[in-house]
Amino acid sequence: MRVTLLGIIVSVVGLFAGAVPAAAHHGAATFDTGKEITLKGVVTEWIWANPHCFLKFDAKDETGAVRNWAVETQNPVAMTARGWSRSAFKAGDEVTVKLEPVKNGEAVGRILSVLLPNGQSLVAVGPQPAATPAQ
Amino acid sequence: MSLHVKRLIVVTAVLSMPSWATLAQTWNSPGLSDQEFKSMPPGGQAPRRDLAGIWDAGFDGIGILEEEAKREAARPPFTPLGEQMAQRNKPGNGPRLVPVAQINDPLSILGDPSGFPRLVMFEFRPVQIVQTPDQVLMLYMFEKRYRVIWTDGRTLPQNPDPRWYGYSVGRWEDDSTFVVETVGMDDRTWLDSSGDPHSTELRVEERYRRVNQNNLELTVVINDPKVYTKPWMARNKLPLRLMPPGTDLMEMIPSASEAQAYQRGISSKTK
Repeated sequence: MRVTLLGIIVSVVGLFAGAVPAAAHHGAATFDTGKEITLKGVVTEWIWANPHCFLKFDAKDETGAVRNWAVETQNPVAMTARGWSRSAFKAGDEVTVKLEPVKNGEAVGRILSVLLPNGQSLVAVGPQPAATPAQ
Repeated sequence: MSLHVKRLIVVTAVLSMPSWATLAQTWNSPGLSDQEFKSMPPGGQAPRRDLAGIWDAGFDGIGILEEEAKREAARPPFTPLGEQMAQRNKPGNGPRLVPVAQINDPLSILGDPSGFPRLVMFEFRPVQIVQTPDQVLMLYMFEKRYRVIWTDGRTLPQNPDPRWYGYSVGRWEDDSTFVVETVGMDDRTWLDSSGDPHSTELRVEERYRRVNQNNLELTVVINDPKVYTKPWMARNKLPLRLMPPGTDLMEMIPSASEAQAYQRGISSKTK
């Protein structure tokens, strides 16, 4: 009984834990801050690395042409604290990416959130979503 | 005592436990969550002359946003030489921030070591402090780097050959305050993420005050008369919290190959 109760309490506390301010990126001047676009696409590569992780995916533009996007997040430590992981994406995954593009029109930006095929949403900005995940 | 009251006591007792108790013996921890950091209880009186343990400065340790603003507000004017040196540095953060493609940060672009004192100004992630009879060792999560602070009574070297992390000696000012003096730092490194420069004549004082069992404060004073017109406080009582024993930390190593991959994948396309 006590174990169960502890488990429940830890879970409930976990729900309310975590709230890190949105971390600033280096190079913030490059991005079109405040502009949001949402693209459906297919993952080609997920680079889990410093100084920033980045996701590459193919998506059609308004003319129907496919562009390969490269969109960054924070570093692996910060993303782990948000529940992301090295295995969050694999090539071929269909994803819906909400992103903030760069100002120069290239297919580059930074991720705000990603909707996975299973309905799970990975959020890259704003308050930390939950307690630090244990492994 | 009714079952209801007993349950209430158990609930109260569990909620009173340090929140980090649930984290012990986990692998690959990214550090305390913001909630864990903010809700850390004092944990009792500070042990005498003891800094041992893993300490986490939380979000402020990263040294951007509010901490960056506080640092910039505290920084005195550059000397003319300091102004020239600052203009050469093209940072990705701070008041002289440039677009990604123009950044020349030796840490993020070249994969150079962060160096000291930048290691406690920027990406100051959890640090394990180990005390031996003659040394205090600082084992940093960021870069998986260490520093040796000699406590054997030696004096700092005269005209030292510059090193990325300088030469450090430490002493206990009282039972809860450990003071570290560092000289001989390589001037290729930046002071912080804002591209503030320093010379090899830089002297840094770190002051670690153990407030109680679970809380430590770090104050850092920069003294570099070639670059800054007066000494200044770059960290002012930065709070650190004690992480549970048994915590295994993630690696956070800014490698050159990963920096190149980022430049190819992102930076080069933002010009």
